[in-house]
Amino acid sequence: MTQTDISYKKSGTDAIIAALMALVVFGPIMGIVLNGYQFKLSFDRVFVIVAIVFVGRFLMSTFFQTHRGKMMAFRYTNNNDGVTVLPPNHKSQMVWIIPLVMVIGLLVPFIASKYVLTIVILGLIYVLLGLGLNIVVGLAGLLDLGFVGFYAIGAYGLALGYNHLGLGFWSMLPIAAILAACAGAILGFPVLRMHGDYLAIVTLGFGEIIRLVLTNWQSFTHGPNGITAPAPTLFGLEFKRRSAHGETFHEFFNVPYDSAHKYMFVYLVLFVVVWAVLFIKHRLVKMPIGRAWEALREDEIACRSLGLNHVLVKLSAFMMGAAIAGIAGVFFATYQGFINPTSFTFFESALILAIVVLGGMGSTVGVVIAAFCLTVLPELLREVAQYRILLFGILMVVMMIWKPRGLVRVTRRGFARKEGVVK
Amino acid sequence: MTTLMEFKEVDVHYGPIQALKKVSLTVTEGEIVTLIGANGAGKSTLLMSIFGQPRISSGEIVYRGEDISQKSAHYVASHGLAQSPEGRRIFPGMSVEENLLMGTIPIGMEHAEKDMQHMFELFPRLKERRNQRASTMSGGEQQMLAIARALMSRPKLLLLDEPSLGLAPIIVKQIFKILEDVASTGMTIFLVEQNANHALKLADRGYVMVNGEIRLTGTGQELLVNPEVREAYLGGH
Repeated sequence: MTQTDISYKKSGTDAIIAALMALVVFGPIMGIVLNGYQFKLSFDRVFVIVAIVFVGRFLMSTFFQTHRGKMMAFRYTNNNDGVTVLPPNHKSQMVWIIPLVMVIGLLVPFIASKYVLTIVILGLIYVLLGLGLNIVVGLAGLLDLGFVGFYAIGAYGLALGYNHLGLGFWSMLPIAAILAACAGAILGFPVLRMHGDYLAIVTLGFGEIIRLVLTNWQSFTHGPNGITAPAPTLFGLEFKRRSAHGETFHEFFNVPYDSAHKYMFVYLVLFVVVWAVLFIKHRLVKMPIGRAWEALREDEIACRSLGLNHVLVKLSAFMMGAAIAGIAGVFFATYQGFINPTSFTFFESALILAIVVLGGMGSTVGVVIAAFCLTVLPELLREVAQYRILLFGILMVVMMIWKPRGLVRVTRRGFARKEGVVK
Repeated sequence: MTTLMEFKEVDVHYGPIQALKKVSLTVTEGEIVTLIGANGAGKSTLLMSIFGQPRISSGEIVYRGEDISQKSAHYVASHGLAQSPEGRRIFPGMSVEENLLMGTIPIGMEHAEKDMQHMFELFPRLKERRNQRASTMSGGEQQMLAIARALMSRPKLLLLDEPSLGLAPIIVKQIFKILEDVASTGMTIFLVEQNANHALKLADRGYVMVNGEIRLTGTGQELLVNPEVREAYLGGH
């Protein structure tokens, strides 16, 4: 039986109910137009939107009564969630893709225009942020809404280190990571006993505290006016047209000055760092500490009854995530050349969290793809920029319905026997 | 026979409510001790207080000559006390093997391979399901996994909190059969149960807890025939 009988009556009822709900929701919003102190009623707009909902719901309801629709609904309702565990000796068929991506990635700065390059850099920065938050949220299961705070610490670390201490990009890169990790530990201690919603609220507060301090501590951070951040240097060679301290990059190599050189260099360094983080994360997940994070996400009480020190496990997750965000912040600052607190609002945290959720909690590949989608696509769709947030919302809703586990489901290789203890 | 664990006049309070009142009990090496009691008698509180959750307000919990009542949970767990917690609490997203390997946290993975084989002999059902996610298993299998996971740390004392909870009678029988096998290897077991009939049959000694106090104590057989116990816990069995 390929074609089941379709009840148009059922579709009709569904459609009418949906249309009525649309009327209630959109009626006041679309139907009443403010005009100075007056308002006028415009029923045509309400009618159009209700008609769209009616027709859409009717078609959807009919589709789900067909054989294919039923199959689809069945697949999604029986989408058994959780992690797929592969045997320990499993070899992926997709291994060849890694060197391919590496080569393409290395070629990008030499073929792409400066504009495209800047977008890709932004994408890579969000990849880093996504990977960092993925450790905290995806692996350890600690819902962190203030992740942007660590990002801000990294970015301001570079800018303030340069302006107050004269430290450059290369010295601030590790220092900012350490600073952010310390901030992660400071945040981690008071929230050790919390999870879920309570943790989310505390971390949200933490992110806001960082932003407010940056905004209001005028004498130190220059407040909302922002602060300049230095560009990176190649063994002391600056990427400027002219430099007060010795030779610049284009003079040394005797090439004509091009403002894209700086971005090419930032890109290449960032590219290496992203691969390093990917590699480290890949290894960590296999190590006992990675398993401990996942166990903590699954069941904290069981963890403690098994002798896992949850303090260490939680703090290490917070610190690792924060350190990666700090590194991302340094790159952001050096890429922008100028930062101010408006870059570190709650919306950024939400965006990073969206990357992790859309990509798939704990999934590395998914997070990389999602990070590029959510940062590069809006740039490419500049013409429809005003609908960006709307599209973003629709994408979220659709994803949560059709792919609640994210773009890429987490698969894990089984536990190969190794020495080592997590105490 | 040396004393492995001893409760000395232990009090536990939850705010103003006193959950345990001057509880004293001993567990000697190599024996099976059971603690039975009705809902809310304080059985689980007693078991959890070994791990410092909640902390006891007075008294001492001595384990191998050391007062562990103020130690942290992971310290206690990594010194030879393994627990199969109430409600099983396996890691649902991990495979059976991974769950078992999580049990080796306190001792490292030196014996992991051998012990896992041993567990699969004890619980053949787990071997069939070794690469399956734990959440996809039945309640009885999950309980077996919880016990096996606890045994993976080669404990001196195995603490079991209501292994029969929510299981079909036939599965309960199986679980107790396995516990008997485990005990025959010389393992010391402290069993907290509501299913008095099975628990007392298995146990060498038993304690009966009522309202946070130890009301009765004796060998398993004595308690099994004790009219008071029969009245309160065994009912029509």
